[in-house]
Amino acid sequence: MTIPAEAQEAISRFGISIEDYMLPVHGQIQILSEDGTMRPEDQRGSSPGHQYPVPSDDELLEAYRRLVVGRRVNDQNSALVRQGRLAVYPSSHGQEACQVAAALCLREGDWMFPTYRDAVAVMTRGVDPVEAMTLFRGDWHGGYDPHERKVGIQSTPLTTQLLHAVGVAHAAKLRGEDTVVLAMCGDGATSEGDFHEALNFAAVFHLPVVFFVQNNQYAISVPLAHQTVAPSLAHKAVGYGMAGERVDGNDIVALLAVLGRAVTLARAGSGPLLVEANTYRMQAHTNADDATRYRNEAEVKAWAAKDPLNRMRSYLRSTGALTDDVESAFAGDAEDVAQRLRDGLSAEPNLDPQELFLHVFAEPTPQLREQAAFLADELARDEQPGKEL
Amino acid sequence: MSTVAEAAAARAAADAEKNDSLQPVTFAKALTTAMADAMREDDTVVVFGEDVAKLGGVFRITDGLMAEFGEKRCFDTPLAESGIVGMALGMAMNGLRPIVEMQFDAFAYPAFEQIASHVAKMHNRTRGRVRLPMVIRVPYAGGIGGVEHHCDSSEAYYAHTPGLKVFTPATVSDAYRLLREAIASDDPVVFMEPKKLYWSKDAVDLAALRAGFQGGALDRAEGKAVVARPGTDATLIAYGPAVPPALAAAEAAAEEGRSVEVIDLRTIVPFDDETVAASVRKTGRAVVVAEAQSFASVASEIVARVQERCFHSLAAPVRRVAGFDIPFPPPKLEHWYLPSVDRILDALDTLQWED
Repeated sequence: MTIPAEAQEAISRFGISIEDYMLPVHGQIQILSEDGTMRPEDQRGSSPGHQYPVPSDDELLEAYRRLVVGRRVNDQNSALVRQGRLAVYPSSHGQEACQVAAALCLREGDWMFPTYRDAVAVMTRGVDPVEAMTLFRGDWHGGYDPHERKVGIQSTPLTTQLLHAVGVAHAAKLRGEDTVVLAMCGDGATSEGDFHEALNFAAVFHLPVVFFVQNNQYAISVPLAHQTVAPSLAHKAVGYGMAGERVDGNDIVALLAVLGRAVTLARAGSGPLLVEANTYRMQAHTNADDATRYRNEAEVKAWAAKDPLNRMRSYLRSTGALTDDVESAFAGDAEDVAQRLRDGLSAEPNLDPQELFLHVFAEPTPQLREQAAFLADELARDEQPGKEL
Repeated sequence: MSTVAEAAAARAAADAEKNDSLQPVTFAKALTTAMADAMREDDTVVVFGEDVAKLGGVFRITDGLMAEFGEKRCFDTPLAESGIVGMALGMAMNGLRPIVEMQFDAFAYPAFEQIASHVAKMHNRTRGRVRLPMVIRVPYAGGIGGVEHHCDSSEAYYAHTPGLKVFTPATVSDAYRLLREAIASDDPVVFMEPKKLYWSKDAVDLAALRAGFQGGALDRAEGKAVVARPGTDATLIAYGPAVPPALAAAEAAAEEGRSVEVIDLRTIVPFDDETVAASVRKTGRAVVVAEAQSFASVASEIVARVQERCFHSLAAPVRRVAGFDIPFPPPKLEHWYLPSVDRILDALDTLQWED
């Protein structure tokens, strides 16, 4: 086993074992308290041998701007579902800190593999908001070019994308590139077989993958206790020979610090790491779901008090960085994106039935050409009712 | 010209000189050579799977690849088929051309979600922006005395899935050509290798095939069925492991005075309707021969296509000689299941010759 340099240093300085280095902390790492105050360095929950560099004030202000935009995107998209403009939208309302940190911890040449709930992370990474919503508008199964921003296509099967992330990292490693791949999934996904296979492959091939698990406590209606009885999802990492981290998923400061460190370690050749973020899906799974059937209001209220935007806002107001002017500028940015979503998604999509046959293969087979011609002929007859078969 | 291409050309020339007289080559050797040639010409081609590196695969089809190309380009993976295919997908979307081996037909099923939901759909889902030039090699079908789960004919699952190409060679020369084409394809190809043919031999000039493939002199085999044996009275349509019994049946029929044409499909997807229909229109009679169980099978699809295209040329209903709808039998019982020469001749006999 190749032991990462930082682990070796920790092992020699603190006299801990490699297992202790890899095991997650007892609680979770939290840097910004729920009341918006910065915790002293010795009260952040980190273990001996682990250093988490805190982002600069400028970086934190920019992260907050992204949070404000992300929240607006979530709420705008949910509204567009109610207006019939989107077929469905799995909202990450309440998880915006995870969404923003996932995008901001990566470099331009890195890759991100999101789930269907990670549209805000996808947009924060720079994918056009309207293109990102094509899947949920329903005019194609995906709307953006994954190569353009190095963002895997959002898709609805669970966990399968983790293996694609592993493959992208493996190809990059074979070419000697220093690409890091962030592989995202939720708590329910950790029960799937591909979760195990992806973690094991990444570890065995010593690949620069950071597995980022957003534990939002529910897989549709099923609570975490029904997915696993492990002490935490982060504890699963050590079984694969990688370090696991637990972080407050509503604390953008801690997320940027922990994910930033994980990405740095992976880039330096540590092999894969797993970061579990504790957060909460404030809304139902999608508009088709009724969350009142499986969770109570008190629980939702308790999590509302931990909202990632409120505590960051309090902190930035207290430092003086977030003035009224800055705040209204951020609100303006958010409204611009919302406007873009409304305009883009209210416009009638350009639907071409012939395109259904175009992309099945690089070149359509004779059979697909035949079927495309059949449909074209059928449509032509619809337009000219007098025309006989 | 790159040094890689130069070296390959020099090698081809040297081989061509050596091979004045044709040597018998095994089907297995043709496959191995196809991969080695592709790896020499294109350093983005990588081979991985279970036991493929040091051991050379349980059938030795990847024998020597690790020794020649190193552990970065031919390596063993943990024992996890979904992992193998899912990782190959990621590698294919990041500039490589992976060839993965599923150790046996029925052991590929854990990878089915990756194959059917992602490998097959990524190109469509991304409107052609993500291409997946990858090959999933599947040793398949029976006739080798294999125990349970080692003899499935699983081609219909893949052929039924839009977005996958399905190739299945029946001759030594096609083993080379089709695998080269599969590796060069920008679409994902499920490459079905009839296990019982691995040790079959044919006098084939691999150097000439290599040179032909490199220079573009060889016609594309993808989507092109071949007339494996010409005839005038009836058509046997077969692919993969069913081609040898079909040819043997045609030979036996000839002794009885019947001229039977045999079509070898070579690729199930894309399907060559033209060659199949032209033959049946000419002969007016057709039997589809396949090893897979017949219900909802590739053979059923062929019957439907022939009937739709050749109805007015048919003198008799199109018949199938295919597997029974049972799990593949245990080794000592498989000979009752496999399409035999007698069963094919019996089917030919029922094609209303008296009319």
